[in-house]
Formats: sequence, C-alpha cells, structure tokens
Amino acid sequence: MLTDEQIERYQRHIALKEVGGKGQRRLLDGRVLIIGAGALGAPAALYLAAAGIGTIGLVDADAVDLTNLQRQVIHFTSDIGRAKVVSAREKMTAINPGIQVNTYQEWVHAGNILGIIGDYDFVIDGTDNFAAKFLINDACVLAGIPYSHAGILRFDGQTITVRPGESACYRCIFPSPPPKDAIPTCSQAGVIGVLPGVLGLIQATEAIKLLLGKGDLLTGTLLVYNALAMSFDKIHINRNPKCPICGETPSIKELKDEVDAVTHCDLEKS
Amino acid sequence: MNLTVNGKKAAIADKESLSISGLLDELNVADPLYVTVELNGDIMERINFDSTLVRDGDEIEFLYFMGGGRG
Repeated sequence: MLTDEQIERYQRHIALKEVGGKGQRRLLDGRVLIIGAGALGAPAALYLAAAGIGTIGLVDADAVDLTNLQRQVIHFTSDIGRAKVVSAREKMTAINPGIQVNTYQEWVHAGNILGIIGDYDFVIDGTDNFAAKFLINDACVLAGIPYSHAGILRFDGQTITVRPGESACYRCIFPSPPPKDAIPTCSQAGVIGVLPGVLGLIQATEAIKLLLGKGDLLTGTLLVYNALAMSFDKIHINRNPKCPICGETPSIKELKDEVDAVTHCDLEKS
Repeated sequence: MNLTVNGKKAAIADKESLSISGLLDELNVADPLYVTVELNGDIMERINFDSTLVRDGDEIEFLYFMGGGRG
C-alpha cells in the first residue's frame, strides 16, 4: 500500500492508467543499478530517484572534476574532488528521501560485477569505455538480467535494450571490442553536453517500462540519435546465431576483462 | 542498382558485381575495419565482406562503435 505522502508525491504517475497505484508500488519495489555516475548516469539517476524507484545502485570509482560539469548535471561545482557516487546519492535522496541508494565506489571488473548486478532487476550501462561495456553485456547475459546499453560521441548517440536469451545483445552487433584507441572517446573527440541527457533518460525510461511491464522496450532495436539532424532512427537487430556469448555455440562461458579494450581514458586514471 | 543504406535510398552505379567491402569503399565509409554491417536484417560476419555481393533492393545498415557515456 502507498502512504498519503506517497499518493501525493506520485500523483502524476498514479493518474496514468498504465501506472496507477499498483504500478507505482512496482516502481517502489523495483531495483535498478546504474553503472557509471557520469554523463548518462546523472540524468537517469535523478529521474529514477524522482520517479520513486525504491532501490537504486550506483557504481563509480571516480571523483568529480571540473570537466564533468558541462554535462553531468547531478554533480555541482562544490562537489569537485568528491566521490561521484557520494555526490550523486546526496542529490537523489534530497529529491526523494523515500528511496534507498546503494553506492559502490569501485570500477566493475570480471571479479566483482556478478556480485553487484545480481541484486537488481535492471542495469543501466552508463560507462564510457569498451572494456566496461563488453563486461556489462557479458555479465548481464550470463546472469540473465535485462539491461540498457548506450554510447555517445560528439553529436551522436545510440542505445539498445537487451533481454538475455530473448533479444540481440551487444555482442550480437559487435562480437569483440575495437582495439584500444581505434575509436575516439568523448574526452578526445568531445560531446555536446545535452546529448547524454537525451540518451540517459531513454535508458531510464526503459527501466521504468520494464518495471511496470508496459510498452515496448528497445529490445532487438538499436535507436540511433543524431542531435544535429535531430534524427532518431530505429534499426531492427536480429539475434546473431554466431554471437560469441548468446549464439548457438558460445565461445564465452565465463567473464573475463577485455584488457585490450582499455582506453586512453583508463590509462589516464591509472 | 538501388539499395537502402542506413534507412536512405542509395543509387549505386551499376557494376558487374559489388561486394560489401566494395560498397564500404564506394561510399567512403570511415573506419571500415570497425563497422558492423547488417544485410537485410542479419548481422554479417566480417570474413564474408569480400565474398558477399550486394543485390538490387538490399537493405544495408552500417553500425558504428560508440564508446562514451560516463566520463
């Protein structure tokens, strides 16, 4: 049941026939993990907190720096130098004290990721490097946890939702990571600050729809966005029978870190 | 030859034969080594780029790595 305060706080949700009191209860019972408390994770975390997702996990080992503030709207100038997960949790619980925010001040790697994602209904990949993106895909596929992938660069973004075993995964499209430094990162090539806002909120929308069990997810569909053209293209993606992790004869049966995909950004951090 | 490339109609000069590799070249696709190609709904294996010929009416999507997000 919802309290009087909850009925008032979530009135605009409850008024929707697709949500109602039951749906809001589902959101409050929902558990969403956001990996990366940065550009994509910031808008997702703020809106999921406001929406009353009862338990939200945040994973990030990094501290806030000045270059983050052009787009990572959950962090303020006064947060520079503070842990991103702590800074983000503060804003989320200020918006909504009725939610639980679990913080993991660490990077995900093959040794810890399954232990973290196992507690959640849905995972949002808000990371900025291919090693993490492939690891998150592999972990979610092996653990059978649905997740949202997104990537951004310059004025472009793309996102797909994966239901392991049912819809195409990231490796169905890209069987292995590009060699390190083959593809520019945002720190090298730049990114327009509003872009991850759009993509991160699409990811948050997917989380909410999954928890509600309403609407059509971006499963089997890569949404490709270009901010300059203001174009949204949906590309249908079939499962790939040759996929190395979810295909007919998978070669990846346990997690490993894609060390070759470590990027310039990671090298700077270490 | 009329193809649909990334959702848009593309008229390609008629040739005896044009492979996926040839098409990547013809359209000056950037970083072709890192492009995934979807042909009529199915993701192609890279080893087949040279031997697979495009045909009139094919629908082709070039899919690109995009790595940013957190930092």
